[in-house]
Amino acid sequence: MRLTREEVDHIAELAKLALTEEEKERFAEQLSAVLEYAARLQELDTEAIPPTATVLPLRNVMRPDEPRPPTPREDILANAPAAEEGCFLVQAVWGVEPEPEVEP
Amino acid sequence: MNLYELTIHEARRLLDAGEVSAEELTEAVLARILEVDNDVQAYITLMPEEALEQARAIDAGGGSGAPLRGIPLAVKDVLCTAGVPTTCGSRILENFIPPYDATVVARLRAAGAIIIGKTNTDEFAMGSSTENSAFFPTHNPWDLSRVPGGSSGGSAAAVAAGECLGALGTDTGGSVRQPAALCGVVGLKPTYGRVSRYGLVAFASSLDQVGVLTKDVTDAAIVLGVIAGHDPMDSTSVDAPVPDYTAALTGDIRGMRVGVPKEYFIEGMQPEVEEAVRAAVDQLADLGAEVVEVSLPHTDYALPVYYLIAPAEASANLARYDGVRYGLRVQGTDLEETYKATRGRGFGPEVKRRIMLGTYALSAGYYDAYYLKAQKVRTLIKQDFDRAFEQVDVIVAPTTPTTAFRLGEKVDDPLQMYLSDVFTLSMNLAGICGLSLPCGFDRQGLPIGMQVIGPAFGEETVLRVAYAYEQATEWHKRRCGL
Repeated sequence: MRLTREEVDHIAELAKLALTEEEKERFAEQLSAVLEYAARLQELDTEAIPPTATVLPLRNVMRPDEPRPPTPREDILANAPAAEEGCFLVQAVWGVEPEPEVEP
Repeated sequence: MNLYELTIHEARRLLDAGEVSAEELTEAVLARILEVDNDVQAYITLMPEEALEQARAIDAGGGSGAPLRGIPLAVKDVLCTAGVPTTCGSRILENFIPPYDATVVARLRAAGAIIIGKTNTDEFAMGSSTENSAFFPTHNPWDLSRVPGGSSGGSAAAVAAGECLGALGTDTGGSVRQPAALCGVVGLKPTYGRVSRYGLVAFASSLDQVGVLTKDVTDAAIVLGVIAGHDPMDSTSVDAPVPDYTAALTGDIRGMRVGVPKEYFIEGMQPEVEEAVRAAVDQLADLGAEVVEVSLPHTDYALPVYYLIAPAEASANLARYDGVRYGLRVQGTDLEETYKATRGRGFGPEVKRRIMLGTYALSAGYYDAYYLKAQKVRTLIKQDFDRAFEQVDVIVAPTTPTTAFRLGEKVDDPLQMYLSDVFTLSMNLAGICGLSLPCGFDRQGLPIGMQVIGPAFGEETVLRVAYAYEQATEWHKRRCGL
């Protein structure tokens, strides 16, 4: 199982990782080796075996919904690369141009 | 004897008797760090002023009766410490200062422990040698040209070199036990759910567990007793009573059944490791245990299962590093490019490799073949242990196939690096507990580790067997020549 260059590009896009050409080459090779190794799982018949996502038998753990003091906002924002007026500051998601007005 | 060489229980006695002050003990450990840490490089961050201040407060009568009162401990740098940088060994969190303590850190503090620093780790705990730290590799105190293991290599090396009396680590696939074995100390991975993960920076949430690294088994029992127990802030922490683990240290294992899994003695392992572990099994028989061969038939599949499930969970957990709320931000032409540039620059090669692998295993078209398949085989691995523990009280096996390898030896071959965890991964997949303790040295003087493995919530049984072996041997008394 050899990952193609297109597959590596696609995975990097899904993972939101900017990779250099050299990294893409190297990862294609190294990930292919790991996936080849993982192919041995196909030897096992697991048709009737349920998957294990967690070893604990816990489901929907609840606690009483009691108000308590939150972490102060300034403590949270202290680690932000950029903050303004009590909010995280980021680039505009849809660009800064105002929406064109649509004629009715 | 130098104060930094003391175990926790020895220091406890001297502190309680007033023969040593917490300040003297802390100063001795800090001086030891100055003496050796240029070579060992176990610490990312040191907190000398806070530590000494805390020690003086304790000497002035603070925290009387607390089990770790005045004991200098280290904490792996993936556990949040309020007001103290928590980097996870990563550039992306280089300047991150948590606003709160992890529950385990808060419990250490409440028990009177003095936290002297944050130890080096493979980036986000992904690695087996500490060479994946973005800052520097840690060196093995027994031979500085060799790795201490990983990912809790900083904690293991610090304990082995006397740079703390004990330390916390984390174990997702062997990251407490493997470095403990390579550094000749005790490393305990508790059952999944035994210890709170709140404030542990998540790597693989169904596998991660906080563990302890200490100089002997008694110390491991003491520290586990402090950090174990239910935490309302972690819904996967189990609400089960915490026993007095030190009460399990009776030295008597007569009539106990010890399983030896044939799948853990494999071709390619270092012969001295096999000899040492087999000799240790004989010793357990001499102490009155009944030795039984057991089989864990799906052992061979643990590595591929782990390297699909752990990266899949990691790829989801590490999605949070987007340069918005904390950590590094590398500005791109738009928000999406900022995410990519931040992550591309902030993560090191192994973290990127695992995010890529995990993203692939979870992606449309491959989910069933890789991720779901791995989860199903995980069930088979768990069932192997369930069956084995119907026959035996504990399972004994080597912790690692070889002793400490050389720095640089496996860096460019991820699969070879992953194989050094081949004996420890299964317990995380099954969610059970395991403890590594020294059981000999190879001809080059490097420590060999043996694992005592127990069923879920079988920590008392594991500690009982490990303690009996330790008391009958002298390995744990050897110290590195630094």
